[in-house]
Formats: sequence, C-alpha cells, structure tokens
Amino acid sequence: MSLINADLEVTSIAQVAEETYALRFHSPELAARLKPGQFMNILTSEAVEPLLRRPYSISRVEGEECEILFSLLGKGTHILAQKRVGDHIGVVGPLGNTFGYEKDFGTAIIVAGGIGVAPFPYLTAELQRREIPVITFLGARTTARVVRDGLTNLEVATDDGSEGHHGTVIACLDEYLSAHEIDRPMIFACGPNPMLKATQEYAREKQLPCELSLESEMACGIGICQGCPIEKHEGERKYSLVCTDGPCFDSNDIIFHEHHHA
Amino acid sequence: MNTSYSLGSMHLKNRVLVASGTFGYGNEAAPYTDVNALGGIVTKSVSWLPRQGNAPTRIAETPAGMLNSIGLANVGIDAFIADKLPFLRKLDTSIIVNIAASSTDEYIDILERLEDEDGIEAYEINVSCPNVKEGGLNFGTRCDMTETITRELRKRTKRTLIIKLTPNVTHIADFAKACEAEGADAVSLINTLVGMAVNIRTRRPVLSTITGGLSGPAIKPVALAKVFQVYSAVKIPIIGIGGITTWQDAIEFLLVGASAIQVGTASFRDPDAAVKIIHGMETFCREQGVEDIQELVGGLQIDAGVAAPGFVKAMEKEQA
Ligand SMILES: Cc1cc2nc3c(=O)[nH]c(=O)nc-3n(C[C@H](O)[C@H](O)[C@H](O)COP(=O)(O)OP(=O)(O)OC[C@H]3O[C@@H](n4cnc5c(N)ncnc54)[C@H](O)[C@@H]3O)c2cc1C
Ligand SMILES: Cc1cc2nc3c(=O)[nH]c(=O)nc-3n(C[C@H](O)[C@H](O)[C@H](O)COP(=O)(O)O)c2cc1C
Ligand code: FES
Repeated sequence: MSLINADLEVTSIAQVAEETYALRFHSPELAARLKPGQFMNILTSEAVEPLLRRPYSISRVEGEECEILFSLLGKGTHILAQKRVGDHIGVVGPLGNTFGYEKDFGTAIIVAGGIGVAPFPYLTAELQRREIPVITFLGARTTARVVRDGLTNLEVATDDGSEGHHGTVIACLDEYLSAHEIDRPMIFACGPNPMLKATQEYAREKQLPCELSLESEMACGIGICQGCPIEKHEGERKYSLVCTDGPCFDSNDIIFHEHHHA
Repeated sequence: MNTSYSLGSMHLKNRVLVASGTFGYGNEAAPYTDVNALGGIVTKSVSWLPRQGNAPTRIAETPAGMLNSIGLANVGIDAFIADKLPFLRKLDTSIIVNIAASSTDEYIDILERLEDEDGIEAYEINVSCPNVKEGGLNFGTRCDMTETITRELRKRTKRTLIIKLTPNVTHIADFAKACEAEGADAVSLINTLVGMAVNIRTRRPVLSTITGGLSGPAIKPVALAKVFQVYSAVKIPIIGIGGITTWQDAIEFLLVGASAIQVGTASFRDPDAAVKIIHGMETFCREQGVEDIQELVGGLQIDAGVAAPGFVKAMEKEQA
C-alpha cells in the first residue's frame, strides 16, 4: 500500500506560542512522501468522541519525522495537546494536493493568518532548497500568538498592535509591495476565510498569481463522503472537494460565500 | 468456519458490507484497506443525471455521531458505468449498486440501464434519503410508494433486490412487509435519522439545509431496535446498518436478526474499519465454537414471559 493508515509514535510535543503546539511523530514512509501543502487526517482519540479525524497540514519534515502545528480550539485539539512522547496517534496520509511551488515565479510571498501559518515552514524549506526568495507576512491576534520558527523575512501584523504592523496582514502586505520592487511575485496564503477572501481580492486587483490553502469540514479526507465542497468557477462543475482537489487552489477559481465561517 | 451467505442470487463471501455513501466507488479507499476482503461494496447512490449536491456546510460532528446533508452528490448513471464500474468489476467482492431517484420511472430507467452491465450482483434501492427535495424521503415514508417501486423493479430484474428503509417512519415493519410481499430479496436498515445542529454564535443552523441525516455510533441503539422489530415481522433477510464501528457491534446486529451488516460512518474514522470487523467476528466465532455464523442470526435469548412479538407490539404502540 502506497499510502499510510497507521498508528504512529509521538516523538515530541512542545508549546511554540500561546495555546499553540508542535507535535512530531515518526514515519519514514510519510517523511519520504509528504510534499508542502499536503495534510494528514489524525484520529485524536480511540474513543468515539470526538468521532471524526481532524485534518492537519504538514508543517515540517525532518529526517524520519513529520510535524504538525495546531492551536487549541475544541475537543480534538485539547486531546492532542495532552499527548506525550511515546503515545500513538492514528494517521492517514499523505492527503490532498501540493502548493504550486514548482511553477515559474521569482519570489514567494507567503501570507499566513493565525494557525494558517502551519503549512509554511515546510514550504519555506522547499523554496529555500530551490533558492527562491521568500517574504512572509504573518497576521496574528497578538504577539504571544506569533509562530516564527521555520519562517524567513518576516513582516508581522497584529490585531492589537502588540507587534509589528497594527492591523490586517493585507494592509501590511500592500504597504510592503508598494514600497519595494519584487521580482515576479507569487502569493501563497492560508488562514481564516475572511483573510483568504481579502487576499483573493488583493491578488486580483494587483494581478498577482495566488494560491489559497482552504479549510472545510471533513469527515473522510479521501474523497468518499462528499462532505467538503468548495464552489468554483469551472465550467459546468460547481463544486470541487477540498480534500482531494485541494486544499490548495488557484485563488481565481474560488467563490467565497457568507456561510464560510471565519 | 463458514462465513459466506447467499442473498437471493448473490453470493457473499462474508457478512460484512460497506454502506452506500460511506465508501465511494471503492477506488478511494483501496490504498488504505484490502477492499477484496470485504463481503461487498454498496456504491454511493447513483441517479440518472449527475448531482452537484447541497451547498456547504454539508457535515457537522455531533456527540458520537455526525450529521450530513450531502444531497446525493454523485456522478450520474453514464459516468458511473463508464468511469466507476470498470474498477469495481475487477474486485473480488460483491458489487451492490445503490439507486436513488425522484420518480418510479427514474428508478426503472436506472435499473434497466444497469441490467445490461455485468459485474453487478445486486441493487439496493434508496427510498429513504432525507437530504433531497424531490422524491427522497417521500418514497420511503409512504408505504404504497415503497410497494410500487419494489413491484416495478422486481418485474425487471433477476438480480438480488434489496430495499433500503428509513427509520423516519412510525411502523418500519409495515414497510418491510410491503417489500417482502412485492418480492424483494432483502431489506436493509437503517438509513440516517433526521437531525439538526445549531451554531450558538451565529445563531444559525450548522447545515445549509437546516436538518440533515444523523449517523454513527449515536444511532446504533435505534438501529438495533428497528432490526429487531423487522425481524419479528418478515421472513426475508435483513441487512443491519447504523453505527457499526467494532466487531462487537456487528455481532449485536446478527443476534437481533440481521443476516449481514453494513459499515458506514466508521469507514471515515478508519478506512480499514470493515476489514477489522471481519477479522474480529471470525476470531469471536472461533473462540465461541461457532461453526457457521448463521447460528448467530436471530440468536437473541429472551427470557420466559417476555414474548418477543408482544414486546415488539408494545414498542410500536409506544411510538405510535
Ligand atoms: C486541509 C486542512 C488543514 C488543516 N490544518 C490545520 C493545522 O495545520 N493546524 C490546525 O490547528 N488546524 C488545522 N485545520 C483545522 C483542524 O482540522 C481542526 O478543525 C481544528 O484543529 C479544530 O479541531 P478541534 O477538534 O479542536 O475543534 P472542534 O471541537 O472540532 O471545533 C471547535 C470549533 O471550531 C470550529 N471548527 C471545526 N472545524 C473547523 C474547520 N475545519 N475550520 C474552521 N473551524 C472549524 C467548530 O465549528 C467549532 O466551533 C486544518 C483543516 C483542514 C481542512
Ligand atoms: C456522508 C454520508 C453519505 C451517505 N450517502 C448515502 C447514499 O448516497 N445512499 C444511501 O442509501 N445511504 C447513504 N448514507 C447512509 C448510510 O449508507 C447509512 O445507512 C447510515 O449512515 C447509517 O449507518 P452508519 O451509522 O454506520 O453510518 C450516507 C451516510 C453518510 C454519513
Ligand atoms: S472529506 Fe470526505 S470527501 Fe472530502
């Protein structure tokens, strides 16, 4: 079997920012296969509560270890935060498509909101390996929430002004791009939907190529349940599945609606 | 030990199938589990035309369960035959095609279209989807319509005909009796229960369709009782569905009268769940000295003084 459905050993768990954790597990098979942008579906508990797996972006691959980043939100993440070295977690993956980091562009502009930072340490590592310049715009509620590790050329924006730019990450991005000459930029964004929508509008206005990594409620993560649709401008076909057609989409293809929660 | 079972003209190598809508068309889960170990695959409901399904949000997790309002998103009969069937046909497991429609004629058209295709052993007729506007649950909650559909489809196929019943009715046994009278080979139950979830911050329903179908461990007790009720009412075999997550759950369903079972939501938690259930059941039977799994079917012991039919009547009265 080419894909993984296994109980894997937790090799480290550490708090990396306020209510935010990095969890690593051992899997040479996954480490060899995972690509930036992909995710894994993780069973947080053997009990039937919470019933469904939770999708997590791959944040880093080092040697035979894979890492995820998560912040406390609800049932699943509270259980994950209690895991200790030596515990086992059920992992299905690698899932989804990758960022288009092999496309032809000059500079990667990473835009991350909150825990949307998760896929970017891995993308950054891959881009650096290819010697592509990276500039990272990070939006967070407050400075205690900022995850910096694994990122490069950081520009921070906080809601409360406790660090960097006071305001949204898009304002910060606009200010920077207006003041600097950048070689053929391409935007990669992940975060809450209102931020992604703003990024989409900004990229459209400035005519910059842009990829968004989306979230959706997922049950299976492998294209079976049809539970994770995203509306697309794509001829006759109205919906695509975030789990198998995504989670990374060309920003121009996506239609955001009000019901997409923050 | 014998685990095989014949259901009409279909021969199942074991009693464990995967439920419609929870295993796609077989190919998606194939990298994660041994699909050839399964007794059978019931495919996602197919309709005549492709269906996009409902707007998001389509799923919500609930205590020990989930709600869905997928709305029968499927590729439609042409693409099913062209793109999905060739893979399914090659598998060493029984293929049961689940059919959904919004009129009796549409059911007939789909079945007739499939009759020309080989590699299909049975049809499961979905008269009970709670998530579509036209047809859907309407058929399954009207006994006369369930009857008509069964009769018309029976006339047109020698393949195994299974009618999938909804729990969203007062007397599910009446529907099973109607299917039996019209020549169905088996009934499968239950489809999802109508349920709802509310987001207290936005003060809105979580699902775009307001209500959706509840599945998973939360519905297992309801499903067991429905299988038990139907077992007392009909002679045709019953396929038990609802919250089956472990082999112990599966054995419970056999004891209350199911001849086979389907694993649904559990495959989302673990694409290998059904195969684990097969192995667990075999180990249990070996330990218990059970030589043929058939011994377990309807093997529920009820103490003297509690006559099963009376109990069922009392249950039905209570629900009426
Ligand atoms: C492709 C993909 C990649 C993801 N990567 C990461 C990641 O790297 N790190 C990370 O922390 N999270 C990630 N998520 C979100 C993650 O899967 C969980 O939803 C999140 O961790 C909450 O789980 P929980 O059990 O703690 O919360 P729950 O108890 O499930 O929910 C708590 C609250 O959060 C809301 N919620 C639940 N699921 C989502 C969701 N998918 N999107 C938005 N709100 C939701 C619920 O409505 C509820 O109000 C990703 C999601 C997807 C689809
Ligand atoms: C996401 C989802 C999609 C479903 N789609 C179908 C379908 O297309 N046709 C059908 O007959 N039943 C469908 N069902 C119902 C299941 O086949 C099954 O009857 C139900 O989920 C109860 O079993 P469970 O608790 O084991 O999941 C679906 C269920 C879920 C959760
Ligand atoms: S999560 Fe099941 S199809 Fe995408």
